[in-house]
Amino acid sequence: MHDKTVTQLAAALKSGELSSRELTSHFLQRIEKADGKLNSFITVTAEQALAKAEAADKARAAGNAEPLTGIPLALKDIFCTQGVKTSCGSKMLDNFIAPYDATVVEKLSAAGTISLGKTNMDEFAMGSSNENSYYGAVKNPWDLSAVPGGSSGGSAAAVAAGLIPAAMGTDTGGSIRQPAAFCGITGLKPTYGRVSRYGIIAYASSLDQAGPMARSAEDCAHLLNVIAGHDVRDSTSMARGVPDYTETLNAPLSGLKIGLPKEYFGDGLDPEVEKAVRDAVKVYESLGATVREVSLPHTHYAIPAYYVIAPAEASSNLSRYDGVRFGHRCDDPTDLIDLYTRSRAEGFGEEVKRRILIGTHTLSEGFFDAYYTKAQKVRRLIRQDFLDAFQEVDVLMGPASPTPAFDLGAKKDPVSMYLQDIYTIAVNLAGIPGISVPAGFAGGRPIGLQILGTHFAEAQLLNVAHQFQQATDWHLKLPAFAEENA
Amino acid sequence: MALEESHVRRAAHLARLAVSDDQASGFVDDLSRILGMVDQLQSIDTKDVAPLAHPLDATQRLRADEVTETNQRDSFQRCAPAVEEGLYLVPRVVE
Amino acid sequence: MQWETVIGLEVHVQLATRSKIFSGASTAFGAEPNTQACAVDLGLPGVLPVLNEQAVAMAVQFGLAVHADITEVSIFDRKNYFYPDLPKGYQTSQMYHPIVGPGDVEITLDDGTTKRIRIHHAHLEEDAGKSLHEDFQGMTGIDLNRAGTPLLEIVSEPDMRNAKEAAAYLKAIHSIVTYLGISDGNMAEGSMRCDVNVSVRPKGQEAFGTRAEVKNVNSFRFVERAIAYEVERQIELIEDGGTVVQETRLFDPDRDETRSMRTKEEANDYRYFPCPDLLPVVLDQAYLDHLRNQLPELPADKRARFESELGLSAYDASVLSASREMAEFFEEVHQVCGDAKQAANWVQGELSGALNRESLSIQNSPVSARQLGELVSRVLDDTINGKAAKQVFQALWNGQGKHADDIIEAKGLKQVTDTGAIEAMIDQVIAESPAQVAQYRDSEPEKRGKMIGYFVGQVMKASRGTANPQQVNGVLKDKLDALL
Repeated sequence: MHDKTVTQLAAALKSGELSSRELTSHFLQRIEKADGKLNSFITVTAEQALAKAEAADKARAAGNAEPLTGIPLALKDIFCTQGVKTSCGSKMLDNFIAPYDATVVEKLSAAGTISLGKTNMDEFAMGSSNENSYYGAVKNPWDLSAVPGGSSGGSAAAVAAGLIPAAMGTDTGGSIRQPAAFCGITGLKPTYGRVSRYGIIAYASSLDQAGPMARSAEDCAHLLNVIAGHDVRDSTSMARGVPDYTETLNAPLSGLKIGLPKEYFGDGLDPEVEKAVRDAVKVYESLGATVREVSLPHTHYAIPAYYVIAPAEASSNLSRYDGVRFGHRCDDPTDLIDLYTRSRAEGFGEEVKRRILIGTHTLSEGFFDAYYTKAQKVRRLIRQDFLDAFQEVDVLMGPASPTPAFDLGAKKDPVSMYLQDIYTIAVNLAGIPGISVPAGFAGGRPIGLQILGTHFAEAQLLNVAHQFQQATDWHLKLPAFAEENA
Repeated sequence: MALEESHVRRAAHLARLAVSDDQASGFVDDLSRILGMVDQLQSIDTKDVAPLAHPLDATQRLRADEVTETNQRDSFQRCAPAVEEGLYLVPRVVE
Repeated sequence: MQWETVIGLEVHVQLATRSKIFSGASTAFGAEPNTQACAVDLGLPGVLPVLNEQAVAMAVQFGLAVHADITEVSIFDRKNYFYPDLPKGYQTSQMYHPIVGPGDVEITLDDGTTKRIRIHHAHLEEDAGKSLHEDFQGMTGIDLNRAGTPLLEIVSEPDMRNAKEAAAYLKAIHSIVTYLGISDGNMAEGSMRCDVNVSVRPKGQEAFGTRAEVKNVNSFRFVERAIAYEVERQIELIEDGGTVVQETRLFDPDRDETRSMRTKEEANDYRYFPCPDLLPVVLDQAYLDHLRNQLPELPADKRARFESELGLSAYDASVLSASREMAEFFEEVHQVCGDAKQAANWVQGELSGALNRESLSIQNSPVSARQLGELVSRVLDDTINGKAAKQVFQALWNGQGKHADDIIEAKGLKQVTDTGAIEAMIDQVIAESPAQVAQYRDSEPEKRGKMIGYFVGQVMKASRGTANPQQVNGVLKDKLDALL
């Protein structure tokens, strides 16, 4: 069962070949057995899941099944879940039982899916390796000495290891696409404003976006159907119709114009990764697509701009963790300043503090214009690069990350860690959608092909990714770990 | 723009983060490198470029002025560190 | 040295929306602590703000009322600082692109003269919660019911030159917001709060002196007292060779003084930046026109009309137009009785006196405008005289009858105008007062006018107040003079 896609499992549930109860128990057992080695879950909600699975089976028997009724899923621990610990990977929220559900969680629940638990992540989604979690690092099921990527590392590792058929992640600078690439699964970051952010613990509000992580683009289409759409509780979610993303999956690709940004194939790109990406592009050519080189001239300014904008927003977003209404509070505060400074110093990890300090500094008097205003101007130039490119081509393709998954503990210096996100970060600054699909291996570690589209082009991205997956089987490969720990 | 320890101290104070002396010098090193990387931005000419705050050129939607929320104090205060008589407690605030 | 005072006001007005500026929680005053603080108001992880359309409309209405430019694209910013009554660690406000741009307000001073005070801008923001300092085991309690209540902060230019002008400005703002119905203007409940920026400079000097910002000046009276104290403090300080420090001071109404707030270890750095959770607010011309068409008659217009159309004095017109309730009450009395001057006299005289004695606002007047109008009508048509009218008013006030006519009937207050009856009463009084008559006769002619009062009083007493005083006066004079 664990090697099946959501699409296959949904069909098995529909035909009566499987019950949700069986499916849920199966995955709960796998988590129980294998997750000690991966550390991909922070919280497993077995009891609630089994109860919901029974309810799903009853609903199906009564003829009230939705397409995904009874499908088990996992949620990155950044989504607020009523009555369930929502830690955001932080000691700060280790004691936080969310009193409400995020809109995405509500929608998934209304669609009949069953959450088996909350997955590990970099604290407050700040990280590219999942080593910044209060709950410990997550391991990559393809190679336990490698990182799974981050910040949605727990979701990616759990799906790759067959502990869950699909999971929800969030992506602020690559946090869905990069771990999907490192773990050999498919991960979609939708257009900013496509999926409600309500109830998702904010890192950088103008960049954060939730999306599905699964075995295939088709699975992502099913899940996006459920979570996309306007939410009156999120001013930045767009009131725009949601198509059925599964309907266009099989549209032919003949005539598709693919652009290869020359800046995505430069220095620092691992040759094996480059080869895998170029091979993938050849597959597209064989499917009738045309390929040309394009330029995104401000690519190299994306990381500098991001490391002003994201920490600035984060420094403000994380001010609410003050030990007063929820979250960690230090013992015996002597006065107000002691309550604040000690609760926050104890509750936040190193990387979070680093980003709060950068953000606070760059927003402060005397530095605001040189950093923040400048970064926002560069952000416009970066977005314009993409809009110009999409005048010429339909989609852009390139690597999701310059290298395959690196070793745990390999990147001690924050800047060298940040530079890993060179191909993913500009996408968030521009607000466009991107998807990472498995496209090969280097040294036994997966390689991700990133496909980018213009704003609200999710249907096209899913179609383009799905067609690749019809022609290749990279996405069907399972790590040995998945079998050994069955 | 060179970063001094006083900048880090000031940011830590504004952000209400207790930072020990050891940590402060570590943060000075880290932040200096990060800001050094950020300083690449200064090489781009952005004279006629307007800042971009949101990736989509959308405008604010307005909500009808209706009371839609009910009292959930008990539920919300279950995750609070210190409450009494429905109030959140903090060390005495001196005006 | 001659000193000049320079004053600017920042007035925070709580807008009278049903729900909060960014959430669907109620704004009602006086609920149990934290029962009206929803997830958004508490700043729970993951929550997001959505802007209340009514808060926007009210801010725009204010802008239109003060002839201001309404900003086509206004933007919300975050003002970052830590305080326990500020749940998110930032206040959502408008720093760089406020919704209301420059405008002006006309104020009326006690002598009836007017002055134009410029408004720098007005912006929307969210209110904070409240810290309760009663002892909770040595702790402070935080109530966040108020957090997220919409505020319009109205910032004036430093155009006021004395405390009276500042108080008049605050009254003008109060009457505009209450006329518009965008705030209840209740200063005691904190619906309207005021910070005062005060500085002094030698007369004739152009440059401003260093200012102090005085917070917590929350009544018209306090504005005058706080400024008086602050001006004296600053002048004394400078004349003693000191310098004024730019700082925030707190007004203490109990001690009638201002004092420096917590000596902060440094100046604040609020790190304003555009709130990424809210998008630019775009207002088009059609929307502004729609709101403009709905504006009620504003105090300045009403005052002018009361003078020009109703012939009221500048003073009466200003008093009666000061609040919407007062103006509406007056206009109804006028409509019922048909005489503006009499209506004005009764509203400002008998009614206001009674309201003040019992500390009632005009909305809670036991005598309705219609009742008062009917009463005034009976004075105008000579059914009752002024003295009886006061009795009728008192009876209406005490709820002893619904209509003036019923009370006049029941108490037999109908004015006696029958000349025969009046002459008979006068004859009797003259006959019973030989000493006073002799005194009258022996007085200098110019003093007799005064002495007639005694006789009038006696006749009125004999008639139990119902005789027509003018008639009594005339007949008495004739009869007494006939005795000379």
